[in-house]
Amino acid sequence: MTSVSVIDELKRTQILELLEQGKRVDGRALDESRELKIEPNAIPKANGSARVYLGDTEVICGVKIQPDRPFPDTGDKGLFICTAELLPLSHPTVETGPPQPPVIELARVTDRGIRESHMIDVTQLVIEKDKSVIGVFADNVVVDYDGNLFDACSYAATAALLNSKTPTWEMVDEKPTVVEGGEKQLPINTIPVSVTMAKIGNYIVVDPNGDEWASMDSRVTITTDSDGNICALQKGGSDGFTQDEINQCGELSIKVGAKIREQLKSVQQESQ
Amino acid sequence: MGGRDATMVLLDENGIRCDGRKVDEPRRIMIKAGGLKNADGSAYIEFGDNKILVGVFGPRDVHPKHMSNTDTGILRVRYHMEPFSVGERKNPAPSRREIEISKVIKEALEPAVMLEKFPRTAVDVFIEILQADGGTRCAALTAASVALADAGIPMRDMVAAIAAGKVADTVILDVNNEEDQAGQADMPIGYMPSLKKITLLQLDGVLTPEEYKKCVDVGVKGCELVYELQKKALNDKYFGNRGD
Repeated sequence: MTSVSVIDELKRTQILELLEQGKRVDGRALDESRELKIEPNAIPKANGSARVYLGDTEVICGVKIQPDRPFPDTGDKGLFICTAELLPLSHPTVETGPPQPPVIELARVTDRGIRESHMIDVTQLVIEKDKSVIGVFADNVVVDYDGNLFDACSYAATAALLNSKTPTWEMVDEKPTVVEGGEKQLPINTIPVSVTMAKIGNYIVVDPNGDEWASMDSRVTITTDSDGNICALQKGGSDGFTQDEINQCGELSIKVGAKIREQLKSVQQESQ
Repeated sequence: MGGRDATMVLLDENGIRCDGRKVDEPRRIMIKAGGLKNADGSAYIEFGDNKILVGVFGPRDVHPKHMSNTDTGILRVRYHMEPFSVGERKNPAPSRREIEISKVIKEALEPAVMLEKFPRTAVDVFIEILQADGGTRCAALTAASVALADAGIPMRDMVAAIAAGKVADTVILDVNNEEDQAGQADMPIGYMPSLKKITLLQLDGVLTPEEYKKCVDVGVKGCELVYELQKKALNDKYFGNRGD
């Protein structure tokens, strides 16, 4: 433990020295995210899937679509649930067992960004009102860690949803039954893009890698939709932001997000 | 997820909200510093219909020991809802939501508390939601700051918190339960007014870039109001003429 934190402390000094010269450890500009590679349909047995590489962070998301009971107060809407899990093979410090608070936060923030953008039109996922609806489950697993899991999981889930095909069900004898040949795309309203920014000293960097993640003072994850609106935000880390910085991060998230949205759009076009 | 009344008017033609407030008007806020005998510091807050009790212990020994840090003290926060605090009985086991909120509040308080003065120790903040009515995390964070100050723990500033939001395409201050359920956006903000730093910020709901900036601005101004009440609570206890 101690040896790790000493190394982190040395890295932070180096990262800060570089930032003062306008540079980052991996040579990126401050507002530049790492290369994003998306392999759609990596798990053919899932209804939709994607393997995503954000720099050296690697996440696989599989989407399963199946009939489910609606929540009692939303019988006219289908379900959408997104999770995230850190696999023990992703980093030497990850242990098996119940998820720790950071992983719970990761899963909830990933879910919230996609949910609040209304990416999936859940009103079209009803088989019979109040009785049976379609449930869409996007499960992320982190297989390799190099910082910024928030964005990697969000891109993986979004890409997986964009290439998902849902069967069609109809009620036969009170039971949802698959209609042969009824496969279609999920009803998509918008493409949400999450952009995470870290504050290190007085500098704000987009898409922090593992070393930057370990050195940051605080972070903010902002999700924008296709119309350039902001639809979800989460601040984290043990320091604060000024109001100006928060406004600046909002603008950055729209600018950086637009580029990534183009990549996700091509996933959508390829799957149609 | 509570019962949602589709016919409820969130904002009427006179700009009055469902509970009779104006767009920039917070709910009634009452903060009391102290109150618990055994805790090193405590606070009680009523924020509209929210009723929240916070107790602080420490700096004290860390158990389990491996959690301690030789460079600094650690802050531990537990946000917990009583089973009777909401409409339908809540399972008393910590939910994922409570675990996330505990983490978010901890990270909102950390910039305020001078933990580096107490290496190898822990400061424990226990937040108990006795009754919930929308905006518990902000009310809890506000009360936790007062409880930490009441415990005499050195602080750089207090964190004041309130939510901004959007209903009927209008930016509002202090989102209540109905507005959270049926409104368009909810943005809880925690802010240190003397240091001018935002330490808690979340958002769910769709905002244009202009509305986003306005929400942050409305929230920060709301926090400045809450801050005055926090200071008043401490003043009342330590410099007032009340009998406790």
